[in-house]
Amino acid sequence: MLGRLTEGLSARTLILLTLLLAVLLAAPFFASDYLLTVLILILYFAYVGQAWNIMMGFAGHLSLGHALYVGLGAYTAAALYVHYGIGPWIGLLVAIPIAALAGAFIGYLAFRFKVGGVYFAILTIAFAEFARVGFDHLAWTKGSSGLFLPVAQYSKNDLWHLRGQPVMFYYVLLVAVVAAFIGCRALLQSRIGYFWLAIREDEEAARSAGIDTFRYKMIAVVISAAMTSFAGVIYAFYYNNLFPEQVFHISRSIEIILGPIVGGVGTLFGPILGAFVLTGLAESLTEGLHAIGIDIPGAKQVFYGICLLFVIMALPDGVWPWVKRRLGLSERAP
Amino acid sequence: MSALLSVEGVSKRFRGLLAVDKVSFEVPEGGIYAVIGPNGAGKTTLFNMIAGVHSPDGGAITFGGERIDGLPPNEICQRGIGRTFQIVRPFPALSVEDNVIVGALMKRRDVTAARAHAHEVMRRLDLYDKRAQRASSMTLPDRKRLEVARALATDPKLLLLDEVMAGLRPTETDRIVGILRDINKESGLTILLIEHVMRAVMALAQHIVVLHHGANIAEGAPQAVVRDKAVIDSYLGAEAI
Repeated sequence: MLGRLTEGLSARTLILLTLLLAVLLAAPFFASDYLLTVLILILYFAYVGQAWNIMMGFAGHLSLGHALYVGLGAYTAAALYVHYGIGPWIGLLVAIPIAALAGAFIGYLAFRFKVGGVYFAILTIAFAEFARVGFDHLAWTKGSSGLFLPVAQYSKNDLWHLRGQPVMFYYVLLVAVVAAFIGCRALLQSRIGYFWLAIREDEEAARSAGIDTFRYKMIAVVISAAMTSFAGVIYAFYYNNLFPEQVFHISRSIEIILGPIVGGVGTLFGPILGAFVLTGLAESLTEGLHAIGIDIPGAKQVFYGICLLFVIMALPDGVWPWVKRRLGLSERAP
Repeated sequence: MSALLSVEGVSKRFRGLLAVDKVSFEVPEGGIYAVIGPNGAGKTTLFNMIAGVHSPDGGAITFGGERIDGLPPNEICQRGIGRTFQIVRPFPALSVEDNVIVGALMKRRDVTAARAHAHEVMRRLDLYDKRAQRASSMTLPDRKRLEVARALATDPKLLLLDEVMAGLRPTETDRIVGILRDINKESGLTILLIEHVMRAVMALAQHIVVLHHGANIAEGAPQAVVRDKAVIDSYLGAEAI
């Protein structure tokens, strides 16, 4: 089992990955409360970025509506908890099929009627927007006035009900990020992964090579949606409040895709590195601007935008391919 | 020899243009057949109908005794027809090896087995030493051989080659001709090619079908076809002989 996991990885890569994991595992013991919340955010974006990357980076279909799957996961688990006291892990068993079904429905519509490229992206925005407006009027989830989970001061962490301190969420997300990384690597090296890349590169040529492109695109959208919904469940139990206007908003979907784009679309480590770079950048800008006494509203956003622009111009393939070369990791797996 | 592929009265119309007009011919198992004709004669359209990209407006295409016209390209490939594209389309960001593995995975579920098969195919086509190279960074002759390799890796019974020699130097052409002839001899692979390079056609084909304005104007053994008056007038020109 372990042999298969590490197959194709150079010793150097393994050492660095182990070191990184050790640092992340130990981080809560040294990090301040503030730093811990930043790390939680980073792990959250690393995870959803990984899920989004399956659709875009592997199968070549741009989704600009992944907030839909986050929201469906969040609302399903939260509503089941609020109404019936059903815990998040059981709720997850309902949330995942719902998000997967939504993904399958959008995928079916798009792929059956050969909606591709930007039009596919627009379709994904449309469904996220439907959900945003629809959930505003859904009484069961308290509509636009918001769904709230009961909050109390927890002296100990209840993992089964996801009630507890940030450090618990940190470790849950860390496990999710590691699992997503391993899962995506296994997928990419499997038959499905090869077919996804072929579809991404040239769909017509893929079909001529015998690939049922409809089927493999459907698999991509369903896996990506299902994975993303798990992040939604965590989101709901971490923030304890859900508003359609926030959860399903297009800016949420954009946030999800920035990490993998900056890190390197289609790479396995890109979404993780991208999340660190972006969230780290945003937080250090906040701190930095505060330190030098610039308090103009919007200044942070402007600097953030400029930095992003610079990163994308300097490293159009993402930061990870560059870092990878720097670290001398030339193993063949992306 | 029984016919592996039979095309019977196949037509295709694009708006007002009759691209292929009731074309019929048969390719026996193990044969190497060529389709020639001037630009716009409907050769690629004919190929696209056999490969499932277009479905014919009339007529029937039978492969191994089963009707295949109207089936999608992936199903046609699964039934044993591999194809290359006139304008090469390897998967650009993938390595040569991964390109061929994609083809090999069609009939194999296991990536390791597919890789082993891909290595075999790459050796055949002199691509093995370049297997780590990205397809997009290859030269045209290499990319053309890569197209053939990817199609061959799907283990076809019939290989459709759409102008794989076009734009190649004579030595490159001879190289591909040699490879194809060896494969045909050893494994009995049936080949149907579209080709303008008469040097390759004459060296390879046992039988030639000539298309002009979508219609089959001549057919037969290469030596006879190139002396056919209609073929000389419409396509080859007098100096070809």
